[in-house]
Amino acid sequence: MSAVLAVNAARQPAPAAGPWRRAWRRLRQRRSALFGLGVVLVFIALALFAPWVAPQDPIATSWGAIRKAPSAEHWFGTDEIGRDVLSRLIWGARASLLAGVVSVSISLLLGVPIGLAAGFLGGAVDSVISRITDAFLACPFLILAIALAAFLGPSLANAMIAIGVSATPVFVRLTRAQVINVKVEDYIEAARAIGNWPLRIVLRHVLPNVTAPLIVQATLALAAAVIAEASLSFLGLGQQPPAPSWGSMLNTAKNYVDNAPWMAIWPGLSIFTLVLSFNLLGDGLRDALDPRQR
Amino acid sequence: MFEYLVRRLATLLPTLVFVSILVFGLQQLLPGDPAKILAGEEQDPAVVAYLRGKLHLDEPLPLRYAYWVVGVLRGDLGESIRTQQPVRELIVQKLPVTVELALLAFVIALAIGIPAGIASAVGQGTVWDYGANAIALWGLSTPNFWLGILMILLFSVQLGWLPASGYVSPFEDLGANLRAMVMPAFVLGNAIAAVLMRHTRSAMLHVLSSDYVRTARAKGLAERSVVLKHALRNALTPIITLGALELGTLLSGAVLTEQVFTIPGFGKLIVDAVFNRDYSVVQGVVLITASAYMALNLLADLAYFLVNPRLRR
Repeated sequence: MSAVLAVNAARQPAPAAGPWRRAWRRLRQRRSALFGLGVVLVFIALALFAPWVAPQDPIATSWGAIRKAPSAEHWFGTDEIGRDVLSRLIWGARASLLAGVVSVSISLLLGVPIGLAAGFLGGAVDSVISRITDAFLACPFLILAIALAAFLGPSLANAMIAIGVSATPVFVRLTRAQVINVKVEDYIEAARAIGNWPLRIVLRHVLPNVTAPLIVQATLALAAAVIAEASLSFLGLGQQPPAPSWGSMLNTAKNYVDNAPWMAIWPGLSIFTLVLSFNLLGDGLRDALDPRQR
Repeated sequence: MFEYLVRRLATLLPTLVFVSILVFGLQQLLPGDPAKILAGEEQDPAVVAYLRGKLHLDEPLPLRYAYWVVGVLRGDLGESIRTQQPVRELIVQKLPVTVELALLAFVIALAIGIPAGIASAVGQGTVWDYGANAIALWGLSTPNFWLGILMILLFSVQLGWLPASGYVSPFEDLGANLRAMVMPAFVLGNAIAAVLMRHTRSAMLHVLSSDYVRTARAKGLAERSVVLKHALRNALTPIITLGALELGTLLSGAVLTEQVFTIPGFGKLIVDAVFNRDYSVVQGVVLITASAYMALNLLADLAYFLVNPRLRR
């Protein structure tokens, strides 16, 4: 009898295990999510240590090595003015990851407070915010980002602002919907009853209970932002030459696709791998953090 | 139904107003004097003065907005700085090309997405399911301009089957038109197919576990008929409405696809306008795409009500 109890006790999760630890345990069981996390970490490491990892200078041109096929000296070949493709890829990871992180941060910093206000205050505030959100959502994401980047002027920083602002409405909507679900819970009523300030209720009691879906959405938004940065750079509205970015590498590569296909293959494969990893991680996080939403 | 329609239109109107403020507001983002920037590199004083008057730049902001909205309502979207053509005319010229591309892409997306979704729901947990999910994940993670370049590499450069670029009007030569459009349409449809597959899969899984499907099976109907006649018909409604939401993806994707395959459509128009600093064209394109997107979503909502008798009443 006592042995059975002991076994049962051992099976129970430790009482200290909070929701985050439980989520991590669930995430660890998903191989695809762990794969995604691993690949993302590798890209982060490449971006951080680019100056030491990259075999050559990413903007050093070499007229003697124009559009050379992959070789021992240039593993991924060289581009139209003799720059090492591998080195440009490694440095380009910086632009992609920076664009992802900065633009999603902009979306979160704008979207979450606005969504909290709309959901918690309701009434006229909610109606106005919802209509403005609808207006932004009516403009297709990339077309809005192109227009913003065009009027702000082409640069990586402006591309990040454009992507972040264009992606904000999704976070407003998600936060608002979550808050509306949470604010009728008893614990919010209790917090109100003991006389807490509304702002304190929002920050201490509402926000922590809406973070899980926001984390999932933010991970998926990272994937979208990486593609969006590559798209804007492909159109010439992102990272400006000669600084390397995967999107702008593809833009020049498309002119040489008949005689230097390696220029097109590697940058595209990098975007694909990074975006796929963020998507796998996001799907895994959704299952781990929010089992109802499957 | 009528009440719903009124409520739906009542939220549509303020949204349209905010869209117009957003599009008008883009101009305020320009660093410096809009007239000088719009006048181009030469900054001819005569042109600058003309633009100041035309854009009412000396008037207060709300009044300028009013002038602009009245113009838009009359169908005046301004004129191109480069070609002096009215923006409306430019858009009307380019729109049919993009509409054709988008329609073909949507057909391809339906043809891939729905069968793949059915296969994956019916064979849940089997190789079919994993295969379809893997393809969906590929579709969602592949930048479509890269896929376009890869297809040019294979079908135009290596095999020489299809033209890498160039557009022929379907009224001139339908065969040549389709040969030029098949790759861009596939590239554009690819990502939508992935989303449709996921929607189809979850809608089918939901329907397949319902009572009437069990009844149909218990009656001894062939599985094929249960899946295609009883289940699919009911699963299609959410698929179509959710699919309509992908129109934005379609329009965004068209910009990149047209750029890769040099197709003279809407997307090419906005990108060229950006590089020519032809800002009124950019504004016009954003305004028209947003309005089109809202109109099509309204239609999809109405269709949803029409095909779903339970919601009518």
